[in-house]
Amino acid sequence: MSTKANLESLPRSLNAVLAVGFLALAVFPFVGTDFYAQVVARMMILAIFAMSLDLLLGVTGLVSLGHAAFFGLAGYTLAFVTPQGEAASLWWTLPASVGASALAALVIGFFVVRTKGIYFIMVTMAFAQMVYYLFFDNKVLGGSDGLYVNFKPKAVLFDLENKTAFYYFVLAMLLATYLFLRRLLFSPFGRALAGIRVNEHRMRAIGFGTFGYKLAAFTLAGGLAGLAGYLWAAQTGFVNPELMGFHMSAHAIMMVILGGMGNFAGAIVGAFAFEWLLHFFQDLPAVGSFQTGKHWQLWMGLFIVLVVTFASRGLMGAAARILARKEQAHE
Amino acid sequence: MDVSNFLIQLLNSVQYGLLLFMLAAGLTLIFGIMGVVNLAHGSFYMLGAYLAWSLSSLTGSFTIAVVGGALLSVAFGLLLERLLFRHFYDRDHLDQVLLTFGLIYIFEESRSLLWGDDVHGVTIPSLLSASIPLTDTMSYPVYRLFMSGVCILLALGLYFLISKTRLGMKIRAGAFNRDMTEALGVNIKFIHAIVFAIGVALATVAGMIASPISSVYPNMGSQVLIMCFVVVVIGGIGSVRGALISALLVGFVDTFGKVLLPQVAGMLVYMLMAAVLLWRPEGLFKQ
Repeated sequence: MSTKANLESLPRSLNAVLAVGFLALAVFPFVGTDFYAQVVARMMILAIFAMSLDLLLGVTGLVSLGHAAFFGLAGYTLAFVTPQGEAASLWWTLPASVGASALAALVIGFFVVRTKGIYFIMVTMAFAQMVYYLFFDNKVLGGSDGLYVNFKPKAVLFDLENKTAFYYFVLAMLLATYLFLRRLLFSPFGRALAGIRVNEHRMRAIGFGTFGYKLAAFTLAGGLAGLAGYLWAAQTGFVNPELMGFHMSAHAIMMVILGGMGNFAGAIVGAFAFEWLLHFFQDLPAVGSFQTGKHWQLWMGLFIVLVVTFASRGLMGAAARILARKEQAHE
Repeated sequence: MDVSNFLIQLLNSVQYGLLLFMLAAGLTLIFGIMGVVNLAHGSFYMLGAYLAWSLSSLTGSFTIAVVGGALLSVAFGLLLERLLFRHFYDRDHLDQVLLTFGLIYIFEESRSLLWGDDVHGVTIPSLLSASIPLTDTMSYPVYRLFMSGVCILLALGLYFLISKTRLGMKIRAGAFNRDMTEALGVNIKFIHAIVFAIGVALATVAGMIASPISSVYPNMGSQVLIMCFVVVVIGGIGSVRGALISALLVGFVDTFGKVLLPQVAGMLVYMLMAAVLLWRPEGLFKQ
């Protein structure tokens, strides 16, 4: 469905910028305050979430409007398996949470992947909303108030309760996810997914079982969204149905679009930019008696409408255009 | 469940189904004819309910509120089509999703600024506030029958407009082949604006007539939007007939689910959707 040009191979200069960015993230806890380190950790978690969606949106061309379901499910899994009075081990709660999300994505994917285009959008949203109401309406599952994760998971070598340890763990997960997805993008599997985006009929005609490929992508994306959800629940110590809500899914789409689709680096940039923007709108000073920051939804809405009307390839697309022009000028 | 209780639930399910149909018909028309997926469709439903509350407390008359609200919503629909939607007919679904998601934010916050975040009630007009006795012990509120009546009238009107009038012929031709229709001298931009305004008006009127029994509250739009999606997915997009049958089906499953299987009632409609997807991924009546 999405036929927009995807920027799969990043220009060399952009890769360099990205490496510098990762380096900056690595030294940030030494130069920034504790508070901002936590804000950045949160942005990195959302970047993992955005990358997982990009696998569907930018690579395979599947516009999922229910991706937050898998993000939230992993968070809830951590809340369920963490005992009331002590921390649970990272080594098994992480695989369990990611596995639960991947399993849910496999089951839901079995139904949604049969559909195309507009149907896919509506069906993914409907299933996510079903999961949302399942948790929202059931007191046993926490209801509308959500659940607390009283103790962050811990491992033999480090304890996520320690803020610096948590920060570096998230950074490691971000880097690992990025490298894994980049690798995947240029593997035969990734090429098949990209082929499905461009022309699914042709892929089927030359012998690819596109249903299986799409289901695998959906499951993998669900599992990675689960990784992000697990980290989110560990950081905030709290899960509620809003994590699986429609707004969360739509925000993830916005992050991917804002950054630029199909290359995962864009998703990271987009997640950081979107979160920054959200804080920016919420912190706007009052004008007279008008609480400008309180009405951030209005500014966000206007911003989204403007972006979609005028900018099509996102920040990475714009950066690549500028850098490519410079590189040409040098040669 | 005795006979009179069954009858009441049946009437309720038909009434809910018809209400869903009004919403889903607009959604499916706008998609079928213009190719636009409109996530903000639920916001028009919400707008209707707030308009009904605001206008009826202002004028003291529910009738004036509904008629005035319908006219306002048509004007609003035409304006919105002209300013925004017109530029998105040829864009891909992803852009439309984002545009209409942005609009949801704008509508929600505007609603909050204009009307606040409280829950409001709309009084049933005195003419329609009676109940009709069904049996010795059970009676049925007239207002719910009135709601069903309005929905049926609008559905018939829509059917007549699309299949019997000259304008309807142009609408169908435009949906089938836009370029060819335009080449034959039909003003397709005008047709699109009309269809969009009809869709907006249907959703707004649905919100207005539902307001006395559902009350008026902030999240009402998004809840109804999901149900509309389920209806459209089951019925097959672009098919107004499919929307009618599947809306009645969803209304039936939802209403009786709540009575007979309250523990899983919330899931039943989605299970129905999943079953239809397995059987026919393009819906029951894909055009």
